[in-house]
Amino acid sequence: MSLDNRKNGERRQNYTISAFSENHIGLLNRITIIFTRRHVNIESLTVSASAIKGIHKFTIVVNDTREKVDKVVRQIEKLVEVLKAYYHTDDEVIYQEIALYKIPTKALIEGDDLEKTIRKHNARILEVRPEYTVIEKTGYKEDYMALFEELRKYGVLQFTSSGRVAVTRSSKELLATYLKEAGELTAEYENN
Amino acid sequence: MKDQIETIETKTRKKIRTTGADAVMRSLIHEGVEIIFGYPGGAIMPVYDALMDHSDKIKHILTRHEQGAIHAAQGYARVTGKVGVVMATSGPGATNLITGIADAMVDSTPIVCITGQVTAPLLGTDAFQETDVIGISMPVTKWNYLITKPEEIPEIFAQAFFIARSGRPGPVLIDIAKNAQFGEFDFEYRKCVKIRSYVPKPVVKPEKVRQAAELINKAKKPYILFGQGVILGNAEDEFRAFVEKSGIPAAWTILGACALPKKHPLNMGMLGMHGNYATNIKTNECDLLIAVGMRFDDRVTGDLKRYAPQAKVIHLEIDRAEINKNVKADVAVLGDVKESLPMLTKLIEKRDHSAWIKEFKEAEKIEYEKVIKNDLYPRKEGLTMGEVIRILNEKTHGDVIVVTDVGQHQMITSRYFEFRNKRSFVTSGGLGTMGFGLPAAHGAKIGAPDKEVVLIVGDGGLQMTIQELGTINQTQAAIKIILMNNKDLGMVRQWQEMFFEKRYSETYLLNPDFIKVAEGFGIKGKKVLHRPELDTAIQEMLDYKGPYFLEVNIEKEDNVLPMVPAGASVSEVVLEHKK
Repeated sequence: MSLDNRKNGERRQNYTISAFSENHIGLLNRITIIFTRRHVNIESLTVSASAIKGIHKFTIVVNDTREKVDKVVRQIEKLVEVLKAYYHTDDEVIYQEIALYKIPTKALIEGDDLEKTIRKHNARILEVRPEYTVIEKTGYKEDYMALFEELRKYGVLQFTSSGRVAVTRSSKELLATYLKEAGELTAEYENN
Repeated sequence: MKDQIETIETKTRKKIRTTGADAVMRSLIHEGVEIIFGYPGGAIMPVYDALMDHSDKIKHILTRHEQGAIHAAQGYARVTGKVGVVMATSGPGATNLITGIADAMVDSTPIVCITGQVTAPLLGTDAFQETDVIGISMPVTKWNYLITKPEEIPEIFAQAFFIARSGRPGPVLIDIAKNAQFGEFDFEYRKCVKIRSYVPKPVVKPEKVRQAAELINKAKKPYILFGQGVILGNAEDEFRAFVEKSGIPAAWTILGACALPKKHPLNMGMLGMHGNYATNIKTNECDLLIAVGMRFDDRVTGDLKRYAPQAKVIHLEIDRAEINKNVKADVAVLGDVKESLPMLTKLIEKRDHSAWIKEFKEAEKIEYEKVIKNDLYPRKEGLTMGEVIRILNEKTHGDVIVVTDVGQHQMITSRYFEFRNKRSFVTSGGLGTMGFGLPAAHGAKIGAPDKEVVLIVGDGGLQMTIQELGTINQTQAAIKIILMNNKDLGMVRQWQEMFFEKRYSETYLLNPDFIKVAEGFGIKGKKVLHRPELDTAIQEMLDYKGPYFLEVNIEKEDNVLPMVPAGASVSEVVLEHKK
């Protein structure tokens, strides 16, 4: 049966791709061209360390169909320096993003509104200077964007948000299970 | 974590104080390299200098263009199964390799390219002949690496060869900054045997083999499709044993052509756009497709929505990314077919599918009457490509290596040449690279000097790399070139005739006197205009001891049929084009 026989209107949704790799120059490029070539847009991308020593993790968010994402993930996993790649729907991962807002300090001093807003959103103040104050909010995109909307009236001087970081709902890193089976994992991680 | 790379010691235990350039040569020798195809230039000069000290062990062939070097390395790799090695300088030297690298990537050919790069401190400064070849080659290489320190050379070369030749093979590029070529260090070589992040061969799961065998034993009209995976896995014998025990009719993709002898009773012919009639229509009539080392390319499947919707699919494949990429597999047997095929053969029942094969033979008769007869035994005045191949069959009995370029002659050769031996066909499949043929034939002859190598080439493709006649004259590699000259870009012209209302946009070529060109390059040549001269001319060509150039004047409107038009279903294969 041809894959195209499946109903064409397969649902697009967010998928979090986690690719575990060696930490080598150029690998980021090798991974992103897999998306470019297939005309898939990357919503966010984070490169970080993982729980396993020496292994780096790419967390990539895309909005597409499962079929497309599945094929992209297989191509990522095919790269020589990638150990393993997985993808998950939003339900299957716990994820967060972080946003930073810079607002004039004058707005903080001149009324108690702003302080209330910060409390309400569970945000926190990172730094206060005579000219500006930096606020941090961790959460989902809709959460930190809601705060952004409220802060607009005070005049946001700078705003930035991070890519998604995510962990799976499984108790251990999926890669660890894979490495254990492949006989590649030393006791170090296991004893955690 | 354990080490990223596992290595084993080689014979030389002592460390040798030497330069990076010399280490390149020593690394190549450790990897068993005997021949390099290349072209020198500024940024690779130290390595070329070191080459002179090792010329007893490694030969170098100086091509006339870097594209000629990489296609030659591809031809060499395809007939020998060894890694083809190419060397070029930075900048234009490196960019001239890209077409061949892309070709080797899509056709899974093991190649290691070594390019010179500007000295490390100048990287990113737009230095003379600096280009980001790592960036440019990234989408078309299996792996690549920029060496900036001499100490990296042995380890990176060991990995490069391991990656290029293992699993699904492919091209690898090593870019070496000039300072790393000059710098001295203590050389020691250890062969790479494992990279922890890389699984070249998935372990075959017996459970999957059992499921596949069950489907095969139940099937009424099973059908085997085979591709280059059989050849890359050196599994021709295992494949033949599987086919013969199963009694199942089998058809091939263009790159799988010589995996089973053409005259084998279970070989039903070629798949796809210019494949055979029976092989295409039976795809949509079988109840089980058994795909062996092939990737369901669009030229094979036609419209995917209407591709074998009635059939269950078994896919034997080494590359996990190929499973369900185009056609969904009901049972996927991951792994090297060299391992999975014998496991499968053991579990299947010995069967006879003669009634089902008879259906193929009946369809074949229709194709013979409408197409094949006229191609091979034309009654019109003009010469056809088919009759050239027919005479070549009569004279060689398929016992030669055949190399083609890309276009009509390529399809005609694939359809009619009677392949008999393993690794006897070299052609550009996935990328369809015009200009591939002449240099690839040269490389093939270098790799298999005791075999007769015949190149079939068109007048368009020949002129894309015609300068390689100079290289052939220099090596005196005795390749036999048959130019099918129809003074046209034939395949494009055919599409214009069939699908663009005969609007012949830019397909006519005003050609040079090819015999004079060949003679100018020191290669003996002859031109055939009429049928009565053809037989003797081919015999003379085959009898000649050195390289030989035979030009055959082909009738202009010699089309390749049958054809599955682009976007059509395999069951809509047409046998004739109403003019």
